[in-house]
Amino acid sequence: MSDVLRPATEWELQSMMGALHERQISIEVVGAGSKRGAGRPATAAGVLTTAGLRGITLYEPTELVMSARAGTPVSQIEVELASRSQMLPFEPVDPGPMLGGAPGVQTIGGVFATNFSGARRISAGGARDHILGIRAINGRAEAFKAGGRVMKNVTGYDIARGLTGSWGTLAILTEATFKVLPLPDDVATLVYFGHTDEIAAELMCAAMGSPFEISGTAHLTEALAARIRNDEIVVERKSATALRLENFTKSIHYRKERLKSALAAYGEPLELDLESSLRLWGELRRLSVFPFGSHQIWRISASPRMAPKLVAAIRRHMPVETYYDWSGGLAWIETPATADAGAADIRRAVASFGGHATLVRADESVRRSVDVFQPMSPGVERLTQGLKSAFDPLGILNPGRMYATL
Amino acid sequence: MSLIELPNPDQSVISRRDEVVRDLAALVGPAAVIADEDGRRAYETDALTAYRRLPLAVVLPATTEDVSKVLKYASTHGIKVIPRGAGTSLCGGALPAEDAIVVGVSRMNRILEIDYDARTARVEAGITNLAISAAAGAHGFFYAPDPSSQLACTLAGNLAMNSGGAHCLKYGVTTNNVLGLRIVLMDGEIIDIGGPHLEAEGYDLLGLVIGSEGQFGIVTEATVRILRSAEGARPMLLGFESAAKAAICVARIIASGIIPVAIEFMDKPAIEVCEAFAKAGYPLDVEALLIIEVEGSEEEINDRLAYIAGIADELKPKSIIVASGPEQAERIWRGRKSAFGAIGRRADYYCMDGTIPLASLAYVLEQISEICARHGLSVANIFHAGDGNLHPLVMYDANAPGEIEKAEAAGAEILKLCVAVGGCLTGEHGVGIEKRDLMRIQYDDTDLAVQMRIKSVFDPVWLLNSAKVFPLDARALLAETPADPHGADSSQAA
Repeated sequence: MSDVLRPATEWELQSMMGALHERQISIEVVGAGSKRGAGRPATAAGVLTTAGLRGITLYEPTELVMSARAGTPVSQIEVELASRSQMLPFEPVDPGPMLGGAPGVQTIGGVFATNFSGARRISAGGARDHILGIRAINGRAEAFKAGGRVMKNVTGYDIARGLTGSWGTLAILTEATFKVLPLPDDVATLVYFGHTDEIAAELMCAAMGSPFEISGTAHLTEALAARIRNDEIVVERKSATALRLENFTKSIHYRKERLKSALAAYGEPLELDLESSLRLWGELRRLSVFPFGSHQIWRISASPRMAPKLVAAIRRHMPVETYYDWSGGLAWIETPATADAGAADIRRAVASFGGHATLVRADESVRRSVDVFQPMSPGVERLTQGLKSAFDPLGILNPGRMYATL
Repeated sequence: MSLIELPNPDQSVISRRDEVVRDLAALVGPAAVIADEDGRRAYETDALTAYRRLPLAVVLPATTEDVSKVLKYASTHGIKVIPRGAGTSLCGGALPAEDAIVVGVSRMNRILEIDYDARTARVEAGITNLAISAAAGAHGFFYAPDPSSQLACTLAGNLAMNSGGAHCLKYGVTTNNVLGLRIVLMDGEIIDIGGPHLEAEGYDLLGLVIGSEGQFGIVTEATVRILRSAEGARPMLLGFESAAKAAICVARIIASGIIPVAIEFMDKPAIEVCEAFAKAGYPLDVEALLIIEVEGSEEEINDRLAYIAGIADELKPKSIIVASGPEQAERIWRGRKSAFGAIGRRADYYCMDGTIPLASLAYVLEQISEICARHGLSVANIFHAGDGNLHPLVMYDANAPGEIEKAEAAGAEILKLCVAVGGCLTGEHGVGIEKRDLMRIQYDDTDLAVQMRIKSVFDPVWLLNSAKVFPLDARALLAETPADPHGADSSQAA
């Protein structure tokens, strides 16, 4: 990537796109590049980064809304929010370190482009649920806007949401406006030990089905629990299932006790206070249970009822370590490196139990040769191709980044 | 009589009416087809009653396959289709056309499966909004989006408009509570998007379809999230001498880190009408009233209401009333939710739905009074204050000549004002025909073209609910972009 295009303004980006469009030159679109090692590698003639488009352009804490240019680092946004005791509700995971990069460099544009939401997805919603408006340049080099800065807006189609998770294949975000929420006063975590995946999913679902507003659930198989930097968890040498409460201190005390008695059948949990809780959930958010290495990582979303069965079906073919999030419905699985990343077996298991699987980490050659994203049904594929040609008829933006044919 | 232009119906389609009705009856059975004039009359309008068009025919299919057959037939014969839920749209989203077949999903109203562990319900899209919560209620669960019309409106209509409600400050709107859909496209193809898992794969087609106002396809089934109800909930009333003070109070509550489950605002005319209707104990000596609801255990509720009362106290409210029990809580909400009906008993009204940044509330309310006064009309304001969604109810007399035109003109000015202060034309009702011609206030031609090309992906010849959402002359934008493979087709299909 010797010649990286680095526009400093939206207008500059649009001019560059105009030139690329005219000459039909394709480009790989990146923010900070923290997720370049994930997904399918784009096959493009050049690279364009939005990292030069920086800055928070609007912040109204009393209206729970912020706008930032696409290249603004999430870390900068979170510092600004924390100064007013607010946060990004969807807790975006930071796959940087897992992919061999630094933590905390990803941009807000990259977060919405990939829609990788963290533990609070299960209670507060994901990145796609918090987007309110965007400005963007599509593959025709047109600058357009969608949505706005207010929380309720059904004026025209919901294109801002439609672009989240499109991995830069439809348009390049230049600015995003999103909903924020107050930071909780206090956090506590209950950790249960030694449960199988299926029992743990049952436990997490029971907690989510209680009226106590669990804000995060996680289950780590034994080997992954041992990687958590918390002696009280490690010393158990067992799988660990964590439930997070975020609220006013008084509510947390009350809810914790009610929850413990409702879940008494699952054993006596370890209780983590505010500081230990923040550390644990921070580690999970950085996916630190998956240190950089040669093991391959898949991200599987399924019904929480089905995910443990799905993982068990995969385990019949290969050794698997799993970090379950989202009440058991999201499984990050680590498998030994193979030439096809176990894709055939994993896709078969997904077909049996429902949901979808994305290969997040593998050597570039592997990610180029297997389906990285879930193969589409014919109907969905037709719509997907139609949307691609509506936004980027010449196929300039991130060709091949999601699907070989897109 | 009205200002909004509707396309001239295609006489060649109308002249084939008998044949079309026969064909439809052969496809889905005569019992599912309404052809007589009286029967069709029941479908000639929605909740925007100033506009009426007698549809060519009405079909009420019982299965996804029958919807598919009807759409495929209509597509083959170039006949337009108007999807319909319960017909409660306030923006003319379900308004028929004389040359179009209405396809209603109201017979497809079953609950197919509720999974309390995974907290999902799979339902047919013709089910009413409230019926989902009613079915899950015995287990302590509910479906969160709660539009005022929830007793009657269908999930299908909620999906089309991305409906909200009073409690979406905490729980989000329709799009935040749906995981999967089964949709029939205009060519009859049946497509499943998403499922019982979070975050459907690939592009966020769910996000695009929800809020597409029935222009992308007809949704026949959906998997929605259900949530466990809180241990309890209770509203309080805060009355202020001015709207400005009420707005400051809302801002301070949110800044303090509390997100109540709902914050509703009513101005004096709205308070008076609703109190007369519901006898909820609303104070009548205030200019602005907030209904604030919090959830939790009895002790948590008391703590939080006391905390909010403390914030309000600094602004010297004229009254602070906490619901004394479930009965008063129910009346407080009944008053608010029946506001439209209660005002409708006194006058005809035109219900607007702009959203504004909260900080501009006092200014916007002042301007709304001025605009309505200038047109010789009175207005009552209801506002989802937590999320900025404003409902001015512009009152007029439908029997007096020229009054509806005045109400529409005032409404358009109000919506322009909402956009000018940084808000939008519609927060939860949708564009439909009502705000179609105002879209250029909020969007430029490129923004509109980007949206319209998506319509062309789902419905290349624009047969589905097509004279809505976009200004009729905007259709030309599609033809001006030679790179668009759909442009040529759609430009011919006005």
